[in-house]
Amino acid sequence: MTELASTEAPAASVVAETDDSTARLHRTLFIAIAALLVVAPFVAYPVFVMKVLCFALFALAFNLLLGYGGLLSFGHAAYFGMASYVSAYTAKHWGLTPELAILAGTAIAGLLGALFGSLAIRRQGIYFAMITLALAQMVFFFSLQTPRFTGGEDGIQAVPRGKLFGLVSLADDRALYWLVAAIFMGGLLLIYRIIHSPFGEVCKAIRDNEPRAISLGYRANQYKLAVFVLSATLAGLAGATKAIVFQLASLTDVHWSMSGEVVLMTLVGGLGTVFGPIAGALVIVAMQNYLATLGAWVTVVQGVIFVLCVLLFREGIVGVIAKAIKKPL
Amino acid sequence: MSIAAEDIILSTSGLTKEFGGFTAVNGVDLNVRRGSIHALIGPNGAGKTTCFNLLTKFLPPTKGLIVYNGRDITREKPAEIARLGLVRSFQISAVFPQLSVLKNVRIALQRKRGDSFDFWRSEEVLSGLDGEAMRLVEAVGLGSFAKLPAVELSYGRKRALEIATTLALDPEMMLLDEPMAGMGREDVERIEALIRKVSENRTILMVEHNLSVVASLSDRITVLARGQILAEGDYATVSKDPRVIEAYIGSGGGHAH
Repeated sequence: MTELASTEAPAASVVAETDDSTARLHRTLFIAIAALLVVAPFVAYPVFVMKVLCFALFALAFNLLLGYGGLLSFGHAAYFGMASYVSAYTAKHWGLTPELAILAGTAIAGLLGALFGSLAIRRQGIYFAMITLALAQMVFFFSLQTPRFTGGEDGIQAVPRGKLFGLVSLADDRALYWLVAAIFMGGLLLIYRIIHSPFGEVCKAIRDNEPRAISLGYRANQYKLAVFVLSATLAGLAGATKAIVFQLASLTDVHWSMSGEVVLMTLVGGLGTVFGPIAGALVIVAMQNYLATLGAWVTVVQGVIFVLCVLLFREGIVGVIAKAIKKPL
Repeated sequence: MSIAAEDIILSTSGLTKEFGGFTAVNGVDLNVRRGSIHALIGPNGAGKTTCFNLLTKFLPPTKGLIVYNGRDITREKPAEIARLGLVRSFQISAVFPQLSVLKNVRIALQRKRGDSFDFWRSEEVLSGLDGEAMRLVEAVGLGSFAKLPAVELSYGRKRALEIATTLALDPEMMLLDEPMAGMGREDVERIEALIRKVSENRTILMVEHNLSVVASLSDRITVLARGQILAEGDYATVSKDPRVIEAYIGSGGGHAH
């Protein structure tokens, strides 16, 4: 009996210790990110940083679905883009304040996610991916065919940034920056919580072995739908915010290449890592910005980087670091 | 008659599965007594695995009825029968590879909370289950591997982890799909002892090729051949049955180790 008790105690405490040290590391990283967000607008062009933050949030949302739900969606542009249109339209034509316009876009993305998700989760693997792609293409052609709502080829331009809560003008880039930084940080913390919640545990189990999770009594499809809706909603939050930042919603946002870009960002940064998508978004957006002089060659460079990434370090930037320090990031 | 009916935990009548003209399981009437270890054996292609998948609802039957604890479960979904206390294992070791050994077991204990859709709550609400998870992990001899990702375990240890996970649900009945498949002699002995231990207060139905394991563990054996029940009884009875001997030899010599 005593022998049993003595072996039990250290084993249990080792588990607690590693979990604790990982949690401490993550807390430090969150503080570092918050500090960077405070400093960033003073050392970099605020609009560039805001662009990175919007795409980082988009990639984080996508990673929640693929990295932790095991579901590969090839149509995430639908939620990003539709939220962008709704946010731009309600801000411009209904005169909604920016926070309400963003909220409206996010809500519509969530509803669209619930609709598309409930159709797509009936199939698995590549078929799931194809259905999400097909549904996203429907959204693209809908956007193309309804210029009264989307502005067609022109998009919705000159979206007013408006006044936050009707009080604080966001016309100044710095003022808007703090709103975007707060949205990003809130989204990041929410996703972190989802991943480390009782719900997240079940999602990871389903990702790892769906039949086994079902045989334990988990209704896998309900969890898959829930994580799909959460991911679509957060992708919508990113798209809706982006429309206010650039004062523009266009067909680019709902185009399939946008769905591809978010896959790229997630893979380059590190699939299934908490912080990877942020690094991936930073790398891809920075490349698009600083290599813009190369013109069409940016896409080629992007392609080369993607191929190198898959060949040399499949875990992505953050995945490689996590492996080196032997801690999940 | 009524006493006999109460004694039966799982029964099928006329259970049939056809795959496009081929009848894999043909009119099987199976009765599993409560508290027994019941083995389903038969030569290759006899329909054991199909039968098993019908019972666990991973395949829908073409015809027939499945009754568990007096309840018709013929059309239930797999997740629902798990909630009724009927839990299966898999032929290929079914663990959650990226979760730690402890979390593999804890995910099953988490079922006690009902559904876990609370994505806004910290996983710390689950830490109350860690103690019980650890006890189960130690009960199958994996105490020192608790924090290791399950993917790093050896094959035999994965099977032990799978049993610990199943036990975490405290199922009334366990369905084991070839628990000894692909195992070395030492592992076989360990898992055999484990099954014997967990069979207290439980009913176990298993499909198994290893006849010596079947002989030493099971109270009752059903022999399938060509999708139909060939013989039924304890090992002594069944192994002497000329039809059983013929079916095994006729199909190329059985799988006794």
